[in-house]
Amino acid sequence: MSELGSAPAWPPAGCALVTGGSRGIGAAIARALAQDGWPVAVNYNGSAQAAAEVVSAVEAAGGRAVAIQGDVADPQAPELVFAQAEERLGVPVLALVNNAGITRDNLAPSLTDEEWDAVIATNLTGAFRFTRRALKGMMRARVGRIVNIASVSALRANPGQANYAAAKAGLVQFTRTVAVEVARRGVTVNAVAPGFIATDMTSELIGPDLLAVIPARRAGSSEEVAACVRFLVSRQASYVTGAVLTVDGGLGA
Amino acid sequence: MSAVTKEQVQERVVEALASFGPDAADIAPESTFEELDIDSLDLVELAQIVEDEYGVVLKGEDMKELKTVGEAVDLITERAN
Ligand SMILES: NC(=O)c1ccc[n+]([C@@H]2O[C@H](COP(=O)([O-])OP(=O)(O)OC[C@H]3O[C@@H](n4cnc5c(N)ncnc54)[C@H](OP(=O)(O)O)[C@@H]3O)[C@@H](O)[C@H]2O)c1
Repeated sequence: MSELGSAPAWPPAGCALVTGGSRGIGAAIARALAQDGWPVAVNYNGSAQAAAEVVSAVEAAGGRAVAIQGDVADPQAPELVFAQAEERLGVPVLALVNNAGITRDNLAPSLTDEEWDAVIATNLTGAFRFTRRALKGMMRARVGRIVNIASVSALRANPGQANYAAAKAGLVQFTRTVAVEVARRGVTVNAVAPGFIATDMTSELIGPDLLAVIPARRAGSSEEVAACVRFLVSRQASYVTGAVLTVDGGLGA
Repeated sequence: MSAVTKEQVQERVVEALASFGPDAADIAPESTFEELDIDSLDLVELAQIVEDEYGVVLKGEDMKELKTVGEAVDLITERAN
């Protein structure tokens, strides 16, 4: 396989699956990948209406997308979501973006088991199970792109987020390990670590005090995160694997 | 499920292994995975193919026991029937 000679068709004959694609960063990622020609499966959990709007926006722009319900913390979800994506879009999942995520902030002395478990189950275990399912098809296709949405909290301590930081740091090292395991199959596995991005998740956090510590002096947009994911999913990123790309206005620098 | 013959399994296993690198002509029942340069990731993929096609689940422990192509074919044939 020559990297310089004949360029393979891109996107390959597959679809992209974005978990938590109904709102915020995931919705921007779904729209961006659709613009690059990927048929997109937009997974959502509770926001059916928002997911339908993402699908409509993609279709209005001439792309193809379907909305698929599924709670990523449910062990059955990967099988059900992949089966639906592959049936409704007619091609295997060759790009997976593990974006679904939640916060349940609390200082460690008061952090409950439920808050701990919910964040680990959704942000870490869910990404593991979706990745495991995706690798089956990607390894055999000898091509695939997996992008895990981590966080600057994986790299830099943020009080109140011990559960979230543990999950996201776990996701970063999971990313690197899997990247090494499957690199010779043409499958790349990378992480994007956003800083403060203006979405529903952060609507109550972003104020003057917070902005003052961000070198760029502003929150990022979902589109700025999506642009990084778009690069990592592109053909041009074929030699980038096991990387963690921060998109944080300099916060982690 | 209808019976699968050892010959069918042998043919499918050789085809799968050849897709991982070695020449099909070099793959004999007595060949070891080590000689063929078939590594643990290749065996995981072989297990997936076998599961998809014959409904036979080969676990990590099963794969670790297998040293030769013939042993793999025998185990898969036995479990498939
Ligand atoms: N915003 C930030 O500043 C920031 C910074 C660093 C990292 N991140 C990470 O970026 C990702 C997206 O964050 P966001 O800011 O876009 O959050 P958001 O606006 O709260 O949106 C979260 C998305 O995840 C989905 N989701 C949540 N739990 C789910 C589950 N169990 N199963 C399936 N989908 C689920 C939601 O779907 P429904 O509404 O349909 O349930 C929604 O589409 C998360 O992994 C987050 O940790 C965000």
